Amino acid sequence: MKSLILAKAAQFLKPLLLVFSILVLLRGHNDPGGGFVGGLVAAAGFALQAIAAGTPAARRSLRAGPHQLVTAGLLAAGSSGLVGVFRGEPFLSAQWAGPLSTVLLFDIGVYLVVIGTVLLVVFELMEHNP
Amino acid sequence: MMLIAVAVGFVMAAAAPMIERRAGRAAGWLLAAVPAALAAWFAYAAGTVAPGEAVVERYEWAPAIGISLAFRADGLSLLLALLVSAIGALVLVYGGGYLAHHPQLGRFYALTLAFMASMLGLVLAENLFLLYVFWEFTTISSYLLIGFDHDRPEARKAATQALVATFLGGLGLLAGAVLLQQIAGTVEITALRAQAGAIRAHPHYGWAVGLVLAAAFTKSAQFPFHFWLPNAMEAPTPVSAYLHSATMVKAGVFLLARMNPILGGTPEWSAPVATVGAITMVLGAWLALFKTDLKQILAYTTVSVLGVLTFLIGMNTKLAFEAMMGFLVSHALYKGALFLAAGSVQHEAGSRDLNELGGLARAMPATAAAAAIAAASMAGLPPTFGFIAKELFYEAAGIESAGGNSLYGGVAVFAGALLFTSAATVALRPFFGGRQCAPRQAHEAPAAMWIPAALLAAGGLLFGLLPGALAPMVGSAALAGRPGDVVPLTLHLFHGWTPVLGLSAISVAAGAALYAMRDTLATRRPRVGRWGPARLYDLAMETLHTLAGEHTRTIQSGRLRYYLLTTVVALLALVGATLARTGAWPRRAEYTGLHLHEAALVVVILMSTMAAVRSDSRLAAVASLGVVGLGVALIFALIGAPDVAITLIAAETLTVILLLLVLYHLPTFSDLSLPRERFRDAVVALSIGAVMGALVLVAPAAREAAAISRFFIEASYPQAHGRNVVNVILTDFRSFDTLGEITVLAVAGGGVYALLRLRPDKRERE
Repeated sequence: MKSLILAKAAQFLKPLLLVFSILVLLRGHNDPGGGFVGGLVAAAGFALQAIAAGTPAARRSLRAGPHQLVTAGLLAAGSSGLVGVFRGEPFLSAQWAGPLSTVLLFDIGVYLVVIGTVLLVVFELMEHNP
Repeated sequence: MMLIAVAVGFVMAAAAPMIERRAGRAAGWLLAAVPAALAAWFAYAAGTVAPGEAVVERYEWAPAIGISLAFRADGLSLLLALLVSAIGALVLVYGGGYLAHHPQLGRFYALTLAFMASMLGLVLAENLFLLYVFWEFTTISSYLLIGFDHDRPEARKAATQALVATFLGGLGLLAGAVLLQQIAGTVEITALRAQAGAIRAHPHYGWAVGLVLAAAFTKSAQFPFHFWLPNAMEAPTPVSAYLHSATMVKAGVFLLARMNPILGGTPEWSAPVATVGAITMVLGAWLALFKTDLKQILAYTTVSVLGVLTFLIGMNTKLAFEAMMGFLVSHALYKGALFLAAGSVQHEAGSRDLNELGGLARAMPATAAAAAIAAASMAGLPPTFGFIAKELFYEAAGIESAGGNSLYGGVAVFAGALLFTSAATVALRPFFGGRQCAPRQAHEAPAAMWIPAALLAAGGLLFGLLPGALAPMVGSAALAGRPGDVVPLTLHLFHGWTPVLGLSAISVAAGAALYAMRDTLATRRPRVGRWGPARLYDLAMETLHTLAGEHTRTIQSGRLRYYLLTTVVALLALVGATLARTGAWPRRAEYTGLHLHEAALVVVILMSTMAAVRSDSRLAAVASLGVVGLGVALIFALIGAPDVAITLIAAETLTVILLLLVLYHLPTFSDLSLPRERFRDAVVALSIGAVMGALVLVAPAAREAAAISRFFIEASYPQAHGRNVVNVILTDFRSFDTLGEITVLAVAGGGVYALLRLRPDKRERE
């Protein structure tokens, strides 16, 4: 079932949701938000596109596969902890360089894992024809 | 520097499949450059660390529980690290030839490099917990490499068997490390060595010894755990050469040498080590006589040599440790070469059964020469390094014989004779003699395959002629395993006309006689195999499967509603009983007044709940549940938890989407509950609601310690530079928890994905 209203709305809503998700991710350190909820919002954006325009379009605009996002996210979060180790501090102790920090890298990792995991399941369920 | 050496291996492992795709046939040579460079560095470093000394490099990991990334460079660790990286380089090159055109070649490179890095971490570890981590890494990479051809059930079974046998021992190592931490307050080798006396006098000393020995014996395939190693020959031959001969199986022996200065020197330690080593040594060499598969012969003789090494550690003399390290190096060189040659034979002739092979020397001269030189080293013939190592072994055992353990010398010579027979078998039977009915017309193996074998064999010959080049490293390694005065080790090819030379002559003569009788022996297979430990293992696994099957059939109904019912009733019973027992029922909760909009929200939530419960359509039920979730999110927003609220809103949205997608695939309600069941469900649901409500009211008053939230609120900005306390806790203060959670999330997502992909109806259709 194709709905013109949904398809048109999704065209505008998806970019908005993605921008919003990055905003939520970045402001998370000082204001309500963070990687987890940011990831959920972004996943909702792609899920919306998948419902409106089909999963092939959503997969195309995602570029990387969902499992690649999960891998990248875990690697980002895990490696953010190694920075401290190389400076002689315990694993995962935060390192800061001006406004940038390993905490941000960690949160980006969470963001990616959440998007990847949700879309992994959502896409698979949508493409599965009984 | 040592941390970098280990990390480089893991990074290369991750990059290997990509490099393999880009570089094609050159990938093996390209990847081998990294371990070769590491080997050069370890060789250089070995020259800079004085005998008996150790250089420790430390990075904190989890200091609160004594875990650190501490590495230790001493004679023992550097010698083994050198072997691991040098042989690793050769095996990568060889694997490129052996598995050329194999679709999973990239995976082979990745796993081999990951194994190499784990093994380097294992031998270089200064902290016992770190050692344990790398120990299990090697177990896992071994599992994956044995099961490399995962389409074959035998490979899968052998992989599982090796995994189970060595994991059991690995748990022993972990328990032993924890016990040592309890006894000595540290798990760092240096500190433990300083407290060796106190540890030996501790009442739990025996337990520590038993646990460490369990780990070492399983890993190094000592009797009665020897059975997994010959079965592990299901792995591709380069893997057998590398893991199950040259390096990983030495990890157990390494552990014994590492712990000897801490736990050794007592009868409780030496007696089991020497006894088990002696039994393994003779048993392995004996069983090798009855095999006709080249790799099986090599595997059983590897078991035997591991027994020799353990036996020598049990003697606990300076000479025995020098003999042990010499034997270890010599074995790594010749057995590596022989395995690679056996792989080449299989690759070219299509068989590794001695009954089908013969006269291959003409077709494969380079491989045959490498095998012959390596076998001479295995047989302990001059002028190879194997000869020197064997002389040291006989001398150490002979001195023990003279010193009261009269059996030692005889057992050693007997095992030496048996090893000679097997060496002659693997060198002569496939390559010489006229018969040849191999499945394929053989040609010389490609350069990538015969060069690594030739290099290893040549190493054994070179160090036999120039033993002085290796003596300092062997001596320093022995000293690390058994501290004492620093007396430089000198090695000579010819010791003079000593009694030990006589023992060598006896073992060669006996071995040659056995070789002449081998064919008649081979027809008389011993029947003990049927009742060996392997049979016990099979029985145990069968019992486990049967029990698990019964258990599953009993408690798994396959219906979600019963699972939910079980979980909820259990929760109800446990929490309810605790609440009733402690009598901490809420008195009057503090009443802060209820606004109209809050009351309205509660009414909306309750109505949606009723709608969800009473609905006849799943769609309506899901939508109602969504309203409940949003209502709860609003409550959070109203009471000042915006983070929780927005997360809940996003999660509710996606949950509704997911549920709808699932429901789309479900049939309509087919069997509705009976009124009686609905009544039961209502009672359970209301009870759990009441108990949870009571819990919420009781919880704030039940606090015994001061709340930690004050710390988080106060420390959030000054220490973590963030004003959003919730997020700071998630990503900084407790980021390790979060890392665990996202890992679980990823694994769960992968599980759902796999379930959807592997639905039985789909498989039936294809």
